[in-house]
Amino acid sequence: MSAMPAAPPRWLSLAAVLAASLAGCTRQAVDGAAGSRVTVDYWEKWSGFEADAMQAVVDDFNRSQDRIEVRFLSVSEVDTKLLLAASSGHPPDVAGLWSENIPDFSEKGALTPLDGGLAAAGIGADHYIPVYWELCRHRGFTWGLPTTPGCVALFYNKKLFRAAGLDPERPPRTLAELESMSRRLTVVEIERAGRRVRLSFADLTPEEREGRHFNLVQLGHLPQDAGMYVSAWGFWFGARYYDGDRRILANDAGNLAAFRWLKETTQAYGVDNLRDFGASFGIQQSGQTPFLGGLEAMVVQGPWWPNFIEKYAPGLEWGVAPCPAADGVAGGAPVTVAQADVVVIPRGARHPREAFEFIRYLQRQDVAEKLARSQQKFTALSQVSEGFLATHPNPSVRLFISLARSPGARALPRLSIWHEYNAEMSVAAERVQNLGYTPAAALAEVQERVQWKLDRVSKRWDAVGRERMAEWRAYGNW
Amino acid sequence: MATGERPRTWLGLAFVSPWLLGVAAFTVYPVAASLYYSFCDYDVLSKPVWVGLLNYSDMASDRVFWQSVGNTLLFNLMALPLGLVSALALALLLNQPVRARGVFRAVYYLPSLVPAVASAMIWLWILNGRLGLLNAALGAVGIHHPPQWLADPAWTKPSLAIMSLWGCGNTVVIYLAALQGVPRSLLEAAMIDGASAWDRLVHVTLPAISPVIYFNLIIGIIGGLQVFVSAFVMFGGPGPDRSVLFYAVYLYQNAFEYRQMGYACAMAWMLCLLILALTWMASRSSRRLVHYQGE
Repeated sequence: MSAMPAAPPRWLSLAAVLAASLAGCTRQAVDGAAGSRVTVDYWEKWSGFEADAMQAVVDDFNRSQDRIEVRFLSVSEVDTKLLLAASSGHPPDVAGLWSENIPDFSEKGALTPLDGGLAAAGIGADHYIPVYWELCRHRGFTWGLPTTPGCVALFYNKKLFRAAGLDPERPPRTLAELESMSRRLTVVEIERAGRRVRLSFADLTPEEREGRHFNLVQLGHLPQDAGMYVSAWGFWFGARYYDGDRRILANDAGNLAAFRWLKETTQAYGVDNLRDFGASFGIQQSGQTPFLGGLEAMVVQGPWWPNFIEKYAPGLEWGVAPCPAADGVAGGAPVTVAQADVVVIPRGARHPREAFEFIRYLQRQDVAEKLARSQQKFTALSQVSEGFLATHPNPSVRLFISLARSPGARALPRLSIWHEYNAEMSVAAERVQNLGYTPAAALAEVQERVQWKLDRVSKRWDAVGRERMAEWRAYGNW
Repeated sequence: MATGERPRTWLGLAFVSPWLLGVAAFTVYPVAASLYYSFCDYDVLSKPVWVGLLNYSDMASDRVFWQSVGNTLLFNLMALPLGLVSALALALLLNQPVRARGVFRAVYYLPSLVPAVASAMIWLWILNGRLGLLNAALGAVGIHHPPQWLADPAWTKPSLAIMSLWGCGNTVVIYLAALQGVPRSLLEAAMIDGASAWDRLVHVTLPAISPVIYFNLIIGIIGGLQVFVSAFVMFGGPGPDRSVLFYAVYLYQNAFEYRQMGYACAMAWMLCLLILALTWMASRSSRRLVHYQGE
């Protein structure tokens, strides 16, 4: 037997294999510098033309100075991914979230408070439409700044108004009008004297309404089909949802009234008839919604809606108006629900100062207006230039700005468990619509369950709150 | 160990070390960590805080948790027997000496190759209350008010149970293999004794393949309790009135939507125990029914 060549030391082979296997796992060393510039990583939820619009703004920023290079990345499910990245200690420097994320993410220590930077930059509440500033605040600190805000209004189909004998320039002004117009605009197919005929729901005899032996062909307005949370209808009835401290107000009078309204709508048209009607539609963003198909006359949606109309129903002749509220709510001022896309600096970001430079740049009026115009939305800033309004491609933008400024503009409750609260409210709304529960019983369950959750969260906050607040205050002089 | 063998052992270990590391990092560690987190209040972002058995006791008083358990068990009571019987019936048919048998076998197996998400999208349209194929077929045979399969809470679970048959090709293949192993001599002896086809099926074929039926039952229980994709893709979560809020869906919601990772970990461990218990019960009750050849 010939002599074997000398084997390499065994530790060497082990190390070699280990190194090879680990090479794929290790994070590439990044020093955060592109040449002499500091690289700021920015994750944003947008895709398509909305992402292109932000990319253009990022390019402008990168050209405007030679110290910071922002790297824009379009990330789906950005909130979950940010959470995982932050918990592993490698978050991006800037992230684009939704305003609803702020209470939850900030309480859990995932965000950097911006107050110190804002004070130094001279940016404060007076720069913004109040409801959007409010959305960025939680527990006395500011956690993000709005990029593009949203709120909702009533879109309506003028052609269907005309066909029903209604004035297309006269949308409903009160909730009672909304209801009566909705009944007038609803078209059913029913058997009369042995023949199938189509007629307005308003023209049915009381017996025919009671019998509900008809097919829905077209609907006036269906509260459960809305471009916002169904649970938010309470705002139009004066609901408060939360006392701002320790108490959930799920079953307050406003929510009860809103749920009664949902129930009455289902009762009028029939559970099975509505299911049958709804079954013909699929996913909202595919354009298969009744409104875009010309089968629903009125729908509550936000400033993004004209983009959808343009894409999926280009010939649709539409108008937009404030969605009327119940009598006496908000002193008669138009009611809307506001949300916003916000940019935040995650805790653990490698370059928070440079990140702040960038998000501060986004607050400049010319920059914010450029972004808003490209995305066909409006800005959250209190100032708006005449040129912006004059050249804006979306004719509904003036209405949305006035709605956002209305004393009736409401922010979603700033609660770290809003996601669960909303899920419970949606289940309750569904139960009421299916006529399986009374509004009071469904909301009592929400109240009990969400209050129990809030109690748990509050207990935890009692344990860590003082420490967290001290930490946040220490950030004041950054 | 002989001299010279030890270095070879090290070398061997070195070469399998990527796998060992993978298992340690991606299986052993997460499983152990999930056990620890199940005793903690943990939201992923902040440090876990030890709370003892709180998550487990919360589970006991969480109505939605029990609803998810009920939904999952009810779904399995429908889907599991349906799947086992249909797959067996198909296998018996496909085992008949007919022309183009191979083609039939391939055709019935094909759907199980379709990715779960894609088949969920197809079924979304088949089961659509107004435009779906199923209701069109029911309408053709005179049923004018067919169920709203996906919108009516009473029908969502049966819909998913019917849909689960779509992927029974794997089970059919396992049955087919078992059917080929049924001793021909026994079948012929029974035939000579005058046993009808039904008697031969009940008294010869089924006892002979009983270990395979048992295997499919166990696999069915394990898979069925973890049902997730169909509900998640077709309903985006809990479905109308939480009727398809299955255990795994609620677990996912707690972990990734509500960020109650500690609670979700506790749920995962309870699911593990539940599967163990059901499997144990199935094996206990099957002792008399399962016959192993050679015993």
